[in-house]
Amino acid sequence: MHTKTLAELSAGLAAGEFTSVELTEHFLARIRQHDGRLNSFITVTEEQALAQAREADARRAAAQAGPLTGIPIAHKDIFCTDGVRTSCASKMLDPFIAPYDATVVARFLQAGMVMLGKTNMDEFAMGSSNETSFYGPVKNPWDLACVPGGSSGGSAASVAARLTPAATGTDTGGSIRQPAALCGITGLKPTYGRVSRYGMIAFASSLDQAGPMAATAEDCALLLGAMAGFDERDSTCAEREVPDYHAALGGDLKGLRIGLPREYFGEGLDSQVAAAVETAIAEYKKLGAEVVAISLPNTHLAVPTYYVVAPAECSSNLSRMDGVRFGYRCENPKDLEDLYKRSRGEGFGSEVKRRIMVGAYALSSGYYDAYYLKAQKIRQLISQDFTEAFKQVDVIMGPTAPSAAFRLGEKKDDPVAMYLADIYTIAVNLAGLPGMSVPCGFADGLPVGLQLIGNYFDEARLLNVAHQYQLATDWHRRLPEGF
Amino acid sequence: MALNKDDVQNIAHLARLAIDEADIPAYAQNLSNILALVEQMSAVDTSGVAPMAHPLEMAQRLREDVVSEENLREHFQQHAPAVENGLYLVPKVIE
Repeated sequence: MHTKTLAELSAGLAAGEFTSVELTEHFLARIRQHDGRLNSFITVTEEQALAQAREADARRAAAQAGPLTGIPIAHKDIFCTDGVRTSCASKMLDPFIAPYDATVVARFLQAGMVMLGKTNMDEFAMGSSNETSFYGPVKNPWDLACVPGGSSGGSAASVAARLTPAATGTDTGGSIRQPAALCGITGLKPTYGRVSRYGMIAFASSLDQAGPMAATAEDCALLLGAMAGFDERDSTCAEREVPDYHAALGGDLKGLRIGLPREYFGEGLDSQVAAAVETAIAEYKKLGAEVVAISLPNTHLAVPTYYVVAPAECSSNLSRMDGVRFGYRCENPKDLEDLYKRSRGEGFGSEVKRRIMVGAYALSSGYYDAYYLKAQKIRQLISQDFTEAFKQVDVIMGPTAPSAAFRLGEKKDDPVAMYLADIYTIAVNLAGLPGMSVPCGFADGLPVGLQLIGNYFDEARLLNVAHQYQLATDWHRRLPEGF
Repeated sequence: MALNKDDVQNIAHLARLAIDEADIPAYAQNLSNILALVEQMSAVDTSGVAPMAHPLEMAQRLREDVVSEENLREHFQQHAPAVENGLYLVPKVIE
């Protein structure tokens, strides 16, 4: 059952080939059997999952099932889940039982999906390798000595090993797309504002966006349809109708204009990754697309700009973790300042502390104009690059990450080297555009991701462009050995 | 810009973070490297560019000033490290 896509599982449930309880038991057994090697889950909610599965089967018996009813899903441990630990992979929130559901979680529950558990991640979503988790790193199922990418590394690894048919992720600078690429699955970061951020623990509020991670673009279309839409509880959630993404799949790619930014194919790109991406572009030409050379001239400024904007926002967002209202508190604080400082100093890991300090520095008196304001201006220039490009093309393509999965420990002690793992994904968040990663080949046995970038709220087209490629290729069908 | 030990201690204080003395040199090095990366921004002419605070052009929605949420204080305070009579407890602030 686990080799089926979500769409195939949906058809199987509808045809009565198996029940949700059987499906849920199957995936729970796979987690028990394999996750010891991967560490992709922080919490497995076995009892709740089986109760939800029984409910889903009852709903189906009453002819009230939708396409997602009864299908298991795992949530990144950044989404609040009522009554279930929501740790953000931090010691700070290790004791935190969320008192309510995130909107994304509530919408999947409403659709009848079954939550298997909460997936591992980089602490507070800060990282590109899943090595900053308080609960230990996640391993890449294609090579256990390699990282799965991050920050949604547990979600990506668990889908790649088919311990779950689907998972949620969040993407602030590439945290859905980069691990999807490194683990060989399909992941979508929607347009900023497409999906509610309510109950999703904030890292950088002007960049964070939730999205689906699954085997195929078709699966992502089904999931996005349930996740997306207006939510009055998120003041930045867009008041726009949600198209039927699944119904919009289909339609050939004749005349589709694909932009290839020359800045995404330059120095620093692994040659095997480049070759896989070029082969994918050739496939698109066969499908009738036209290729246009474009330029995104401010690409090299995306990482520097991001490492002002994101830390500045994180230093503000994470000030709520103060040891007073929830989460970790230090032992025997001698006064209030000691309580704040030691609770935070002991509760946060070193990458989180680094980013809080960079942000506090960039926002501090005398430095604000040189750092934060400057970064906001360059963010405007980066965004304008895309606006210009989308006057000429329908979709932009390139590599998701500059290399395939790197080895555990390889970049752990060099933050700047780690930050460059997101060199092709970060600009999309700064501009607020939707982006996807789709499996498109291998480099030395490790998966390579093709990145697709769309115009604002153009997810339906993006999903179909990915879907047509997946109808013509089978990279998304390849599974790691040993699972 | 290279940060020294005093800079790191000052920033850690601003961020209310206790940092071990032994870790300060590593923080000074890493933070200086990050600021060196960020420094690339200063070469860009941004005169006349409007700062972009947010990806979408949107205004905050307004609503009637009425109670829309129920009071869940006790439910939320279950997760606090220390509470008493509905109040959050912290060490004595005033002698």
